[in-house]
Amino acid sequence: MALALQTFSTLKDANAALQSAGTRYLGGGTLVVRAANEGDVSVTGLVRSTEPSLSTIDVSDGKARIGASVTMAAVARHAELGFLAGAARAVGGPAVRNMATVGGNLFAPTPYGDFAVALLALDATVTTEDGETPIDAFLAHRDVSRAIVTSVGFSVPQDGFRFLKVSRVKPKGVSVLSIAALVERAADGTIASARIALGCMADRPMRAKAAEMALVGANLTKEGIAPALAVATESTSPATDPIASAWYRNEVLPVHLGRLLLS
Amino acid sequence: MAKVPVQFTLNGSETAEFIDSGSTLLHALRDKIGDTSPKGGCHQGTCGACSVIIDGELRLSCLTLAENCNGTAITTTSGLSEGGVLHPLQRAFLDAFASQCGFCTPGMIMAAKVLLDHTPNPSRDEVVQALSGNICRCTGYEPIIQAVLLAARANSQNAA
Amino acid sequence: MELRKNYFADVRKDDLHEIGQDRPRSDSPGHVTGKTSFFADRNFPGMLHLKMVRSPHHHARIRSIDTSEAEKHPGVARVLTAKDVPHNVYTILILIQVGPEDETVLADGKVRFKGEAVVAVLADTERAAQEAAAKVKVDYEVLPAVFDMEEALKPGAPLVNEYHGQNYYLYDSGECRKVRFGDVEAGFAEADHILEQSYQSSPIEHAPTETTGCVVAPAGNDRFTCYTNTQAMFFTLDNTSIILQMPGSKLHFVGGTVGGGFGGKVDVIVEPIAILGAKLTGRPVSFIYSREEEMQISSPRAAEKVVIKDGVMKDGRIVARKVTGYTDAGAYSRHSPYGAQKGAGHYPGPYTIPNVWIDTYCVYTNRTPSSAMRGFGVTIGDFALEVQMDKLARLIGMDPLEFRFINAYRDGDMKAHRQPTEGAALIECMQEASRAADWPVAEKYMAMSSYAKGA
Ligand SMILES: Cc1cc2nc3c(=O)[nH]c(=O)nc-3n(C[C@H](O)[C@H](O)[C@H](O)COP(=O)(O)OP(=O)(O)OC[C@H]3O[C@@H](n4cnc5c(N)ncnc54)[C@H](O)[C@@H]3O)c2cc1C
Ligand code: FES
Ligand code: FES
Repeated sequence: MALALQTFSTLKDANAALQSAGTRYLGGGTLVVRAANEGDVSVTGLVRSTEPSLSTIDVSDGKARIGASVTMAAVARHAELGFLAGAARAVGGPAVRNMATVGGNLFAPTPYGDFAVALLALDATVTTEDGETPIDAFLAHRDVSRAIVTSVGFSVPQDGFRFLKVSRVKPKGVSVLSIAALVERAADGTIASARIALGCMADRPMRAKAAEMALVGANLTKEGIAPALAVATESTSPATDPIASAWYRNEVLPVHLGRLLLS
Repeated sequence: MAKVPVQFTLNGSETAEFIDSGSTLLHALRDKIGDTSPKGGCHQGTCGACSVIIDGELRLSCLTLAENCNGTAITTTSGLSEGGVLHPLQRAFLDAFASQCGFCTPGMIMAAKVLLDHTPNPSRDEVVQALSGNICRCTGYEPIIQAVLLAARANSQNAA
Repeated sequence: MELRKNYFADVRKDDLHEIGQDRPRSDSPGHVTGKTSFFADRNFPGMLHLKMVRSPHHHARIRSIDTSEAEKHPGVARVLTAKDVPHNVYTILILIQVGPEDETVLADGKVRFKGEAVVAVLADTERAAQEAAAKVKVDYEVLPAVFDMEEALKPGAPLVNEYHGQNYYLYDSGECRKVRFGDVEAGFAEADHILEQSYQSSPIEHAPTETTGCVVAPAGNDRFTCYTNTQAMFFTLDNTSIILQMPGSKLHFVGGTVGGGFGGKVDVIVEPIAILGAKLTGRPVSFIYSREEEMQISSPRAAEKVVIKDGVMKDGRIVARKVTGYTDAGAYSRHSPYGAQKGAGHYPGPYTIPNVWIDTYCVYTNRTPSSAMRGFGVTIGDFALEVQMDKLARLIGMDPLEFRFINAYRDGDMKAHRQPTEGAALIECMQEASRAADWPVAEKYMAMSSYAKGA
């Protein structure tokens, strides 16, 4: 069966077409077309929708909604999403960023998925025709998800959002690991809450829950964060791939997390 | 196999072709339309040799489905020289010895062109960023970076 | 560019007109306009695409191959196995009498490295060829594999390649290439210090931006035009002629334009099978490595291990050098027996040493066959030798550059393999390097010359 593309103007029709076996949604195609080029013959049909809301970004009342077809380049240049520009620019080179979509990044396997790491730290929700799902749950079940993701939504943080991608080749390289953190401080300067998301430390973006807990009430100093760094690798199962070994990823994670928190 | 029509402007000329559904723009350009200036070095998005400009944006033609390019304006390196006169970037790549085997060159020139179209006087770092999706295994990146800076200088002198 | 014409001014006519001048390259205009024609820029109506079914195992016996489903797949024109190849077992260096033939075009009974070609599928589109390739069934009996040269040389190691009968290349000199000069043990006995070190390298892939491949078009008169990016045109033509049992006059090779090679495109891999496909179907055939094939299947630079034992005097003279070199050929010879031999010729480096002993082995393992890459057989050896030179200088507390002046070969010196040194310019290069790098050496070294000893 050759690969064929079907384009629908409505999400409903596209979702219906996606139910047949061997069919996948086509975002920017940087992963799914690549797989076909490389001889993956399991995908026989691609479906896409030209529904305009998929390509829009809305920021109002402290809430952001990014359509699933929005590209990394579009996020990076959006005036009100400045805090996310670093995470969007972390994906590939300029041409990849003009193609790679937010929706596709949610499905990108390790060592990819840098932008999804940022979304995980932001506690985003993922919208499909079935409604909204918290991103943690969405990522856990993404392999069986058949519905088109239409958008992601999150509260725009006042400040305290940080993102770091560690790669060997600069300026464009695949992740050794990536980290996103949303840290809220109490009036006395101690950490009130923390959400830390890690990329490449499992087969998909994951939370560093032990480190998050250890940070609550701590000072944002070298000594204050030391207990959190000591448990940073708890429940990680990093990949071993041509970029880095699992051992290496675990060794350097606390170092980079420390640098990010103190930056 | 189902054939689908594609129609776009290629280097200023209206171009139409029937292709297999699901085939890439790289395939359509090279094997159907006959513009072999975009090169296929990896077909996986990593080398940048297949870079083309679609509606002013840099794209990888190996990962772009041709059907999705209907109605767009596409530029390739073969369309840059007008009336036999080299584009300043082509001139600079030639003068600065930025092209050894030449396989990466059309893609490099595309990436550089998008940069200069938006940023006529880029810094060295901006050039590095703009070329970061393109791999060259022969020339070494320094002559290529210098060629782009040279072209930018040549452009601004012409404009002055 | 700057030319230092003061060196060897007395033996050279100062009549260089081109060297030192800027000259535009003839191929640049084609490159910058995208008009340079690479092999894959050729396209022919009705062209078939060849995809290879490859071994998923490092070492396995093939019990059976079933291509029936693949042959029935829509768009498939032909499926090729070992029995279709007229002279399936070959080796490229047979052209210069370096045998035995030890490699199969398509695997016959056994695979010896992961990714080895087993079945070739030719179809109307790449997609159809990929789909059909996925339907080829090969039943393997996995065999123990060996990936380490020292393990491979141990008694009882799995035998990698039956055409050799043992896991090393048998030279006319025996299990290794040998150089014997002076009395190395006497040299060690006399030395003030002895330093033995071992150096190792991993395979290195050339990763050319253009992958290996060719496009073949039947010329309609039993002759075939093969557009190829080979770096070894006539080697390829002659080997293809042997493999396909076709006179060379039936083969028209067009090439010379290579999208990066670095030595990685000297093996004869894609052309014979693509031409065979064109011959058996009467249609044009395109066989282009995917990026993954280029990285995994095409030969890299060999992994090497170099053990160097030196005897050195306090005054800086190296009096004995013993080198044992191992070249990991992978599963097949390709250019590696020659690479290992080059190593023997290259040691002990550009130094005059009275007592030398060299053994270089070409070893077979179940790794991807290695082959040529920029100075193969020499580059890794030079890395080892020069690191060793620095360590020796440190050992005797001498400046590393002065240490090299003391040992540098000069015209008239007898080299270890009994060729008198001629045209050496090492002294002068080091003098210039000393100036350029602002690394001063004693005046007596700056007064030395490659010609006269004792100067
Ligand atoms: C050279 C190169 C470099 C890269 N570098 C990076 C990097 O540094 N960091 C990184 O994170 N990624 C990287 N990637 C991977 C990839 O580009 C990104 O992850 C990108 O965001 C994927 O999005 P896409 O739209 O291209 O996905 P596609 O390829 O279109 O789709 C990927 C998968 O997601 C599914 N999908 C896509 N959109 C939706 C949707 N709206 N609803 C339901 N399912 C959907 C598809 O069906 C498919 O299974 C790189 C890729 C390449 C080729
Ligand atoms: S061929 Fe498209 S990026 Fe390499
Ligand atoms: S010039 Fe050969 S890849 Fe760039």
